[in-house]
Amino acid sequence: MSNTVTPGSHERKQGDMLDLLSGFVVELRNAGLPVSLTENLDAMEAVQHVPLEDREAFKYALGATLIKNHAHWRSFETVFEVYFSLRGPEYKIAEGDGDTDIDDLWREMQEAQEQGDGNGQGGMDGMTPEEIAQMLMQALMNGDQGMMRAMAKQSVQRFAGMEPGRPVGGTYYLYRTLRNLDLDNMLDKMMEQSREDAPGDLTSLEERLEKEEYEDRIEKFKGEIEAEIRRRLVADRGAEAMAKTLRKPLPEDVEFMHASRDEMSALKKSLGPLTRKLAARLARKRKHKRKGPLDFRSTVRNSLSYGGVPAEPKFKAPKISKPELIVIADISGSVAAFARFTLMLVYAIQNQFSKVRSFVFIDGIDEVTDFFKSTEDIQEAIHRVNTEADVVWVDGHSDYGHAFEVWWEKYGKDVGPKSTVLLLGDARNNYHASQAWVVKEIQKKARHVYWLNPEPKSYWNTGDSIVGEYGHFTDGVYECRNLRQLESFVDLLA
Amino acid sequence: MTTTSDASTDLPSTEPRFESVQQVRDALRDAQYLADDGIAGIAYLADRLQKPILVEGPAGTGKTQLAKSVAEITDARLIRLQCYEGLDESKALYEWNYKKQLLRIQTERGGDEKSEDWTDLKDDIFSDEFLLTRPLLEAITADDPVVLLIDEVDRVEVETEALLLEILSDYQVSIPELGTITAKQIPLVFLTSNNTRELSEALKRRCLYLHVDYPELDREKEIVLAKTPGITENLADQIARIVRSIRNLDLKKAPSVSETLDWARTLMLLNIETIDEQTAKDTLSILLKYQTDIAKATKELSVDD
Repeated sequence: MSNTVTPGSHERKQGDMLDLLSGFVVELRNAGLPVSLTENLDAMEAVQHVPLEDREAFKYALGATLIKNHAHWRSFETVFEVYFSLRGPEYKIAEGDGDTDIDDLWREMQEAQEQGDGNGQGGMDGMTPEEIAQMLMQALMNGDQGMMRAMAKQSVQRFAGMEPGRPVGGTYYLYRTLRNLDLDNMLDKMMEQSREDAPGDLTSLEERLEKEEYEDRIEKFKGEIEAEIRRRLVADRGAEAMAKTLRKPLPEDVEFMHASRDEMSALKKSLGPLTRKLAARLARKRKHKRKGPLDFRSTVRNSLSYGGVPAEPKFKAPKISKPELIVIADISGSVAAFARFTLMLVYAIQNQFSKVRSFVFIDGIDEVTDFFKSTEDIQEAIHRVNTEADVVWVDGHSDYGHAFEVWWEKYGKDVGPKSTVLLLGDARNNYHASQAWVVKEIQKKARHVYWLNPEPKSYWNTGDSIVGEYGHFTDGVYECRNLRQLESFVDLLA
Repeated sequence: MTTTSDASTDLPSTEPRFESVQQVRDALRDAQYLADDGIAGIAYLADRLQKPILVEGPAGTGKTQLAKSVAEITDARLIRLQCYEGLDESKALYEWNYKKQLLRIQTERGGDEKSEDWTDLKDDIFSDEFLLTRPLLEAITADDPVVLLIDEVDRVEVETEALLLEILSDYQVSIPELGTITAKQIPLVFLTSNNTRELSEALKRRCLYLHVDYPELDREKEIVLAKTPGITENLADQIARIVRSIRNLDLKKAPSVSETLDWARTLMLLNIETIDEQTAKDTLSILLKYQTDIAKATKELSVDD
């Protein structure tokens, strides 16, 4: 990393620095990250001790003082990259003014290329897609960081087709660039190449390791492309305008229904600590419960040792009521992720309930309690729910009415005054009969009935959603779009 | 270049221990601890800002070792407080030496009566002499340089965390009978946590936060090379790559750095130059500690396609 003094090193001046940092903190708070006043002051002090030219050190100094939860790091990083993207030498967008290492490298690379096949054209524009693919493959196979970065830069310039002022998000440009580079194919080609290069046959272990190494490099390369697009977008429209669109939500704020694959895995990771936290809180809630009602018998019995004076009142032990939980979840495509997370959360804290039974449905319904009983691994159980549960009756489109009806016939008798019934789904019934009477019957017998809906409230009862019809017979319909809302509901439940 | 903030004016000034981030990094390297930029940078900042570091991350990634190594490079004594459920004041902060106090009273009684007033006696038995210092108090009363390590702080209950707050923010301990004892020098403080529960905001706010994750491929290779004498570069590379591959699987407990090192040492003892599938399978039990994990990894590593 180059350590040259920034052109903007006048920013060292205290006042500017203060403004800059308070702007940054505001941006962090906008992204939902909790930053307290003391932490803000710490950050101000911390940056005085690191050289401003060293971007990484600057980032770590801010991170260590402002971010106290690892799950928030990604969001922090994005805000940081956007906010400071145009400050610092190696991050400026060089188009032709070759004064950075990367541009030098790029020139060298081209010279080598020219000597190689003698087509003396400059710039990537003159190259055929095959040649570019070839060069990229070389860069990836050698694992050459600088080269990969240069390639990312050039690919974005050539393929993304970015136009100034065009109000299109970064994902669109990313998609265009990646489509042209065809990285999936690249992996196969690289594997082939390394098989050829190897002296003997690759064992399957070696092959696996090679493949993972390449996948890792390709991921890094994608990251470089993403960063480059972000830099260009910010340069075009300014950091303030882009901060909002490029913001990455915190894992607990990610919407279940629209989570990308990356976000899903981040969600899964944050579910662990979250459930531990929740379980600890619930256990404490139980422990700190007030004393039970006065135990008259015991008080009188005890008064004998005080000569009949009831000096020491005795209380009954508080009754610990652990609800019996029945979860009935829609697992059709649109809400599958939500159902999965709710089931995972419920089973992770199942010792807070006396019994948990779970059913899943699309248009047919099946009990999946045994999947969770037979294994300790919740992930595996969820996998079995997805693959083995018999939930399709006719066409595999949600039919709440039919599923509820069948459920009531088969299991309705198991609902008792101790049961709490959770219904999960968006209640998009594809215009089938609602059979809302089932929910009404459940409500009569059960202690509580709740409906959790992963859709935003404004979408309820629009189109084929009939959540209001069912909700009428429940003790409450809750919006559960993200982990935060789900957590606060479960807190209320147990 | 340092301006002292309001909060630290009443604290004793301690000379900075480190010159630069690079120096921290080099020194740690000499002490056989391979830090990345983040770790070295935050250790440097903690010294400059006189703040504790909260180190969080999966088990076996060298959190405790970091404190030990920092103690080593600063020539400081390491004072360690191992946290556990049920830890209390008398084990963490201080305790009155009850037996000695009793003896003292007894001897008074033995002499001629009424020679000493009760108030004198009281002042006497509640003095330094009868105070048993526990790690936290010891750390701030020490004259020599110390590094305080509060290990696995997530194991104590939320209520007990409050014990730490005073010492972490003001470097002082209040004892009702004696008054407030202020630190003679500011020790470097490390708190480690395996993240089994969320720590309180109050505690987090007082600390710098450092997340130590499993190392990147290259750093892990370096660690193996540094900590396993006589290992070939080729083998270290292979080890690091296989370990990364295993960590990518969805396991109950991913192999930690210390387990990687155990594995490397085992392979050295077995005189193995290159790892093939069979050796990998035979020695997996050193990397993984759950039967289900071992079964999963064996299955994954031997896929033929």
